[in-house]
Amino acid sequence: MSDALIEGKKLTKRFEDFVAVDGIDFRVEPGEAFGFLGPNGAGKTSTMRMISCVSPVTDGELRVLGMNPATQGSEIRARLGAVPQEDTLDLELTVRENLLIYGRYFGLARPVIRERADELMSFVQLTDRSGDRVDELSGGMKRRLTIARALINRPELVLLDEPTTGLDPQARHLVWERLYQLKRQGVTLVLTTHYMDEAEQLCDRLVIMDGGLIVAEGSPRQLIDQHSTREVVELRFDADDDRAKALALISRTDVPHENLADRILIYTADGETEVEQLGRSGVHPETVLVRRSSLEDVFLRLTGRTLEE
Amino acid sequence: MTALYFHVIERNVLAYRRLWGIFLTGFAEPLLYLASIGIGVGALVGTVKGPGGQMVPYDQFVAPGLLAAAAMNGSVFDTTFNFFFKYKYAKTFDAMLATPLGPVDVARGELGWALMRGTIYAAAFLFFMAILGLTSSWWAILCLPAAMLIGFAFAGAGMACTTFMRSFVDFDYVNMALLPLFLFSATFFPLSQYPAGVQWIIRCTPLYQGVALERALAFGELSWTLSINVLYLAAMGLIGLHIAGRRLALLLQP
Amino acid sequence: MPTLLATRVVEHQAHIFRKFWRGSAVAYLINPILFLGAIGLGVGGLVKGGKGTVDGVSYLAFVVPGLMAASAMNGAAAESLWPIMAGTKWIRTFHAMVATPVGPGDVFLGVVAWTAVRAAIGGTLFLIVAALFGGVLSWWAPLAIPAAVLTALAFAAPLTAFAGTQDTDFRFPVIMRLGVVPLFLFSGTFFPVSQLPSWLQPLCWLSPLWHGVQLCRGATTGSIDPPEAVANVAILMAIVVLGARWGIRTFTKKLAT
Repeated sequence: MSDALIEGKKLTKRFEDFVAVDGIDFRVEPGEAFGFLGPNGAGKTSTMRMISCVSPVTDGELRVLGMNPATQGSEIRARLGAVPQEDTLDLELTVRENLLIYGRYFGLARPVIRERADELMSFVQLTDRSGDRVDELSGGMKRRLTIARALINRPELVLLDEPTTGLDPQARHLVWERLYQLKRQGVTLVLTTHYMDEAEQLCDRLVIMDGGLIVAEGSPRQLIDQHSTREVVELRFDADDDRAKALALISRTDVPHENLADRILIYTADGETEVEQLGRSGVHPETVLVRRSSLEDVFLRLTGRTLEE
Repeated sequence: MTALYFHVIERNVLAYRRLWGIFLTGFAEPLLYLASIGIGVGALVGTVKGPGGQMVPYDQFVAPGLLAAAAMNGSVFDTTFNFFFKYKYAKTFDAMLATPLGPVDVARGELGWALMRGTIYAAAFLFFMAILGLTSSWWAILCLPAAMLIGFAFAGAGMACTTFMRSFVDFDYVNMALLPLFLFSATFFPLSQYPAGVQWIIRCTPLYQGVALERALAFGELSWTLSINVLYLAAMGLIGLHIAGRRLALLLQP
Repeated sequence: MPTLLATRVVEHQAHIFRKFWRGSAVAYLINPILFLGAIGLGVGGLVKGGKGTVDGVSYLAFVVPGLMAASAMNGAAAESLWPIMAGTKWIRTFHAMVATPVGPGDVFLGVVAWTAVRAAIGGTLFLIVAALFGGVLSWWAPLAIPAAVLTALAFAAPLTAFAGTQDTDFRFPVIMRLGVVPLFLFSGTFFPVSQLPSWLQPLCWLSPLWHGVQLCRGATTGSIDPPEAVANVAILMAIVVLGARWGIRTFTKKLAT
């Protein structure tokens, strides 16, 4: 009917009594970078595993590259690149051997793989580690190798489950930069993340998931515009009394706000003005921070909870 | 294009290239047993009743038993300890399943590898048997395919059992099962040493099938009962492989 | 210097033993009993219809002390390689221990001492079982227990020390297959060393297991030869002491950093 790369309709995943994915609808178009944003346990990985054809669909419909994962799993996987949440590198092999044997799993000819392996090692900046055992690599290097490995079959579609979880900031930026390169080459990226900055950096379009459901959909900009205000004021208090008093004052106005464990957030179009007004009405926090709205705020507005708990 | 599971074997060959020293030591154990029990203890024993009822030298009697046991031990090790490590800790199979390979390919490939390794060991052992004059019939050439069949049977069964293991502690049970099989499957002394009732129990155990088969072939004493041994072992391997494939799909693709 | 704190390490090992006792029971007790049945009784029954003798005793009585010493070796070897790697690298329990008043030398001595405890328990139980089968001939037999413990220590100390120098377990299977298994099969365990080619026979003095087997056999068959037994004990003790010194050094190096 259409040329969507992935299409899910009422897609559901149940494990015995537990519903991990609760009838979600989504489409991924060719060439876009599509994200599933949500906290741990939202159903992102279960969705991703169904798309990767390594976990059967319980209910609903799923088409990947126009095929049915239940009957054509092997054909679909042949055209996918998958970066799982936990590295599944072959620790007994070297960096280069990991790429070589993975290419063989796709039935590629050895000379073809050798050429691509060299290309990919340079793409992820691991050329000088090519003879090292994977055991000896840092976390960031392993992640980059996993990404390189997922590209050995020149996939049209790359699936990344939490691609930078557990990496230090520098390693994360290097991964983002490589993924951005891929995106520019026209590869369709689908990723899950619980980092709102990752979603903002990489995704053209995303869905926000919570409790197995999709709670919002759009580009990062659209989502912020629709579900949050332009700016956010963060108020922190040292004493609980001050905080309670402030909260009471704020509640009396109709200013949208969230009361978190460590701070109070105020949603507003103009942060500076809002701070002045609060001051005048007797709210005196220890520290005040005015910032632009983020996807984190969108999630908070929609669910009343933060992404990272 | 070659069958996909072939690439699983290829992976193991690649991983083992650096471990050829360990690979080589695998040849040693059955030969050492042959020298110690077959020749050393054999000198105390002298002759023993062979498969055709005639008296035969003890070393000739023990050698085919050790060949069967070596085929079992070789394939069980690869399909239990190593297999468990790959699926539970190293995530080797998770990586494979992200490619066109499916659980059945993984099971077949791992079994193929265990079989390949076992066959190399068995061939070397058979070669030494021939050199030491421990084979007395040309039928002994068939000892090699028989060893492969034994390897297949135990690889399938081992792999199936491993999919039910929860931790390495459970492998104590594997050891507890293997040593009695090794020692009591008429490997070292004839079935007639047992009381009649016990003989029937032994006749039902899997390694006994292999020992009976190897010994008959080594002495060229063929009979129709060998077809029962062959069927038993083939069924054991096939059922094991089938269960392993099914279980792997459940475990790795929930 | 290691102190009495080593006893705390023994205590710790004993504690985790509750979970892993099956492996030890198999190594020290079940395996030798199975060999006793198959080789001692099964093959022994073939030695002149079960009436033949080896070195003046029945084949069963000949094999019992061999198996007792050999299982002390097998158990000690199994416990002194992979579990040590778990302590220093995989689970790093030893690192946790040295973060307390327990020192690296205590860890080493504690681990080795615990192996001796298990060898003693396993050896005692095996001896009782062997006696029930008629494989024990002399009232001196209980002396086989300290002999088995000494044998276990002679393997535990150097192997634990060696394991402490390793960063991977690659070499462990090689040690088992090319070290432990040949010793098991050719140290007078299953047949007298006198059957070996004469040029090979003096080599048995290099086998710690052979010394252990000699001691155990002297005790269970009552054929003990005091001067030779003193030499056997001295050699085993020397191995234990040298192994312990090496072990304390390697553990200090490994765990101190």
